[in-house]
Amino acid sequence: MPSSDPTTLRARHALEFPGGYTRTTGPVIGRFLTELRDGRVVGVRTAAGRTLVPPLEYDPDTGDAVTEEFVEVGPAGTVESWAWVNTPRKGHPLDRPFAWALIRLDGADTALVHAVDAGDVKAMRPGLRVRPRWRAERTGHITDIESFVPEVTRIVSEVRVEYSLRPGLALTRFLQGVAEGVFIGCRCGGCHKVYVPYRLSCPECGVSITEEVAVPDTGTVTTFAINNLPDPRAPEVPFVSAYIQLDGTDIPMIALVGGIAAHEVRQGMRVRAVWVPEEERTMSMSNIKWFAPTGEPDVEL
Amino acid sequence: MREIAVVAFAQTRHSAVDEGQSESELILPPLDEVRAATGLRTFGFTCSGSCDYLAGAPFSFVSALDALGAWPPISESHVEMDAAWALYEAWVRLQHGDVDSALVYGFGKSSQGDLREIMTLQLDPYYLAPLGLDQVSFAALQASATGAERAELDEIVRRSRADGRANPYALDLPEPAGEGAEVEPLRPYDIAPITDGAAAVVLAAGDLARELCERPAWITGIAHRIEPHYLGMRDLARSASTADAARAAGVGKGDVEVAELHAQFSHEEIILRRALELPEGTRVNPSGGPLAANPVMATGLIRIGEAARHILDGTASRTLGHATSGPCLQHNLVTVMEA
Repeated sequence: MPSSDPTTLRARHALEFPGGYTRTTGPVIGRFLTELRDGRVVGVRTAAGRTLVPPLEYDPDTGDAVTEEFVEVGPAGTVESWAWVNTPRKGHPLDRPFAWALIRLDGADTALVHAVDAGDVKAMRPGLRVRPRWRAERTGHITDIESFVPEVTRIVSEVRVEYSLRPGLALTRFLQGVAEGVFIGCRCGGCHKVYVPYRLSCPECGVSITEEVAVPDTGTVTTFAINNLPDPRAPEVPFVSAYIQLDGTDIPMIALVGGIAAHEVRQGMRVRAVWVPEEERTMSMSNIKWFAPTGEPDVEL
Repeated sequence: MREIAVVAFAQTRHSAVDEGQSESELILPPLDEVRAATGLRTFGFTCSGSCDYLAGAPFSFVSALDALGAWPPISESHVEMDAAWALYEAWVRLQHGDVDSALVYGFGKSSQGDLREIMTLQLDPYYLAPLGLDQVSFAALQASATGAERAELDEIVRRSRADGRANPYALDLPEPAGEGAEVEPLRPYDIAPITDGAAAVVLAAGDLARELCERPAWITGIAHRIEPHYLGMRDLARSASTADAARAAGVGKGDVEVAELHAQFSHEEIILRRALELPEGTRVNPSGGPLAANPVMATGLIRIGEAARHILDGTASRTLGHATSGPCLQHNLVTVMEA
C-alpha cells in the first residue's frame, strides 16, 4: 500500500540483470579460468619476463600486449598484506571471520587478491604461507578457489603414560614425620649442615648421612613468588610460594605462605606451619595447609 | 595554454540522510548560487559528474539536466566519474579557445543504496567483483599495506571532524571513539560518512574571469594519472599516480598553503600527503575533507572548489585540490590554483 504520508513516501527498487550479465573472457583471462577449472593456477609472461598472476592482457608497466607464454604458479603462496573481516557480509566468500589478502603465489611477480580462511586473526601475519582450498565442483570462475588456507606448520601431539611411584626411603621417612606433625631433617657428619626434608646422603660431601634431627616448624622466608595462575595445590589466587628456612637448618624448603595478603609477604618474615587437624593427617604434604606469619619481628637475612 | 580560473563555487549543506529531494532538486540551489555569483545564465560548455549506480537507474544524469534549462540545446557533456573530472573536461574544452565559460557540477545520494557494495561494481568483473570484495575491505587492504600508526589515523579523523563541525556545509560528527574494527585495521570512524549532496563550479577564461570576479583562482597546473586497476599489480602503500600528477601540475614549484585531499579513509591522507610531498606547513582539509562530508561524485569537485575558495576570498594565494577515482586511489587528479 503506498504511504499517504509525504515525509515517509519511499519505494523499494532493485537493479539486477536477471540470470546474470554474460561477458566474454578473451584468450588471456579465459586461459586462466580454464586452468582454474582444472585445479591449476597459471600466470602469463610479459615481454620483460615478469609473470603476472592473475594474467592481464597488457603489461601494466609498458602497456604492451603480454606474450602467449603461460606458466603454472603456486598453488602455494605468501601473504604480503591482509585485512581482517570480523563480520562477513552477504556477498563475502566466507560466512565466518576471514582475511582478505594480497597473496604472492610461488613463481609469480604480482599478488593475487583472495580470501584466507585462517580461523583467527592471530593466525594472520605477513609472510604467512597459504594454499588454495579448491571447490569440488569447478566452473571456471575465480571462486573455484573457495579460499586460501594456511599451510600446515604444526601438529598437536597427545602424550600420556601412567606410572606407579614410590617416594624412596628418605622421603618416606620424612612423610612419616609429617603424618605425626614433625619435620624430620638430618645432619651431615662431614660438613655438619642440617638438611630438611630428610635425606640419606649429603649432596655437598657425597657421604651417607646417619644422624636424624627433628626440626621446629618455625622459620624465615628467604625469598618468595606471587603466583597469579590457579594451581590445584594452592587454595586461592593469587597465592605465595616461598623458600622457608626452618630454624636450625641450612637449606630452605619450598612451601606455601598464607594467612596474609600476597603483597604483604616479605623476605625475612617469620612464619610457622599451619597443620591440618590431627584426625585429617596422612603421609602427605597436604598436612601443612601453609605457613602463616608468627608476628615476630622480621629477621635480617 | 589559455588562462582558466575558478570564478565561483557553491555546494549544498550536505546531509547524512535522504532528505527526500531528487537529484535535480538537490543540484538546483548550488546552480542558482553560482549563476547568481557570476551573473551568467548560459555557459559555453556544461559538464557534470555522477554515477548511475548510486541511483540504480540508467542515464539518471540526464534527468538532472532539468535543473539546467537545456533549451534551446546547450553544449553539454557528462562523466561517469567524480565531477572533478568533469571540471578537467571543461578545462580542456576551454583550451579550444572558442568558448570562455563553463559550468561544472556533480551530485550524489549515497543514502539510497549500500555504498560498500555499489563500489564493488566498479571492480573488474573477472577477478575482483566475483569475490564480493567491498569498498571498506579493499580500503582496509591498503591501510594494512600502509602500516599507519593508530594514533596518526585517530588524529587525522579527530582534526577532520573538528574542522567539519566548524564548516556549515559538512556533517556534525562527534569525536572519534570506540576500539572495534570494521574491517581490521580500519575502524568505523576511519571511513568517510554516507552523505547526500551536490556542488557546482564556474570556470572562466582570461578577461571574462577578471570581469566576473575580483580574485579568480587561476588554474596554473592540472593533471591526472592512473595506475593498474588490479590491486596486486601495485604497491598499495604508495600513490605513484598522485606523485606523477603532482609533478605534471607543478605542485613543487611553490608553497602550497592549503591542500584539499579526496581521502575517503584516514590512511589515504597519509599516502596522499607523502605522494604530494606536502610540507608540515600546508593546511590539509581545513573544510574537514571527505571524512566530514562525502557526497560521492561531488566530493572531488568540492576539494577543488574549497581550495579555490581560499583564493577567491583572499585567505590564500596558492592552493591545491586533489580528487581520486577507482579502488585504493587508482586514479588521481591534481589541480594547483593561484591568485
